[in-house]
Amino acid sequence: MPKVLLALLALCLAAAVHAADAPLTAADPELEAKMLRISAELRCLVCQNQTIADSNAELAVDLRNQVRDMLRQGQSQQQIIEYMTARYGDFVLYRPPMTGATFLLWFGPAVLMVGGLAALALVLRRRSRLGNEHFDPEELEDLAGPATVTPAVKTEK
Amino acid sequence: MKRWQFLAPLALFAVLLGFLAVGLNLNPREVPSPLIGKPAPAFELARLDDPAQKITHADLKGQVWILNVWASWCVACRQEHPLLVDFAKRNPVPLYGLNYKDKRDDGLAWLRRFGDPYKASLFDIDGRVGIDFGVYGVPETFVIDKQGVIRFKQIGPVTPEVLRDQIEPLLKQLNA
Repeated sequence: MPKVLLALLALCLAAAVHAADAPLTAADPELEAKMLRISAELRCLVCQNQTIADSNAELAVDLRNQVRDMLRQGQSQQQIIEYMTARYGDFVLYRPPMTGATFLLWFGPAVLMVGGLAALALVLRRRSRLGNEHFDPEELEDLAGPATVTPAVKTEK
Repeated sequence: MKRWQFLAPLALFAVLLGFLAVGLNLNPREVPSPLIGKPAPAFELARLDDPAQKITHADLKGQVWILNVWASWCVACRQEHPLLVDFAKRNPVPLYGLNYKDKRDDGLAWLRRFGDPYKASLFDIDGRVGIDFGVYGVPETFVIDKQGVIRFKQIGPVTPEVLRDQIEPLLKQLNA
């Protein structure tokens, strides 16, 4: 399903780009697809939660043109990504690189989940080792005392 | 020890709150530029007021200079402009403009109307030089040293505080 959506998005964008410079797009759909693939990896700095493939901000349009030009000059995806990070920093990458500073970002959620599961397992294991007397039903009744007593009194009346 | 265990989630929550508080107070618009400490990109652009006359990065080497990215369509530029006009009047450091994705006539009219603090404005009609400078929000201001290295970048309008506390001391230091 996400793939279908992505394809649809790419189609829409292709149409939008098409409007900007029609002859070139029509001439080389393969280049255009590649351009969009790379653009989808790059963050638009004006509207920061969009990629430059998604965004119609003027800067995004310019950067898409830049990507297209560089592809036409035969540059690789790697070279284009490097060109962008040299100018806009790692921030421009939609998938941040793994560095010391981003370690928590990449692995934090996994660490939290493992920690949570470990804590849960620990608690459950400790409880399973407790004797039955720790789960005395009378104790529960004591705790809930007043609540259960009052209706009982009422029904007696 | 056992008695206080129930406070653990609260402590975790407090830590999380701390992270969120810091995160909320960061300005996501201020993306640290990787260009600081790097040589300013090469360029060759026509002057805004004279299409026949070109200015290149080499022409500006050997001096400390400021590049201010502006455009006539940029509202925030209007806000910082009086400050730049005033700065140019009392400061000998050359201020160059990069007229970013503008129309030549609009740019010139804008300068006539609000004053022209620039030694020259470079005409970057397609924004290519802007991209090389990592420009993403006009106005932006760069301080470039004698070796042609970018030493400072301001994203958004220059404020009197930034000018007084950051740019002017830096200029003094670079020109010392």
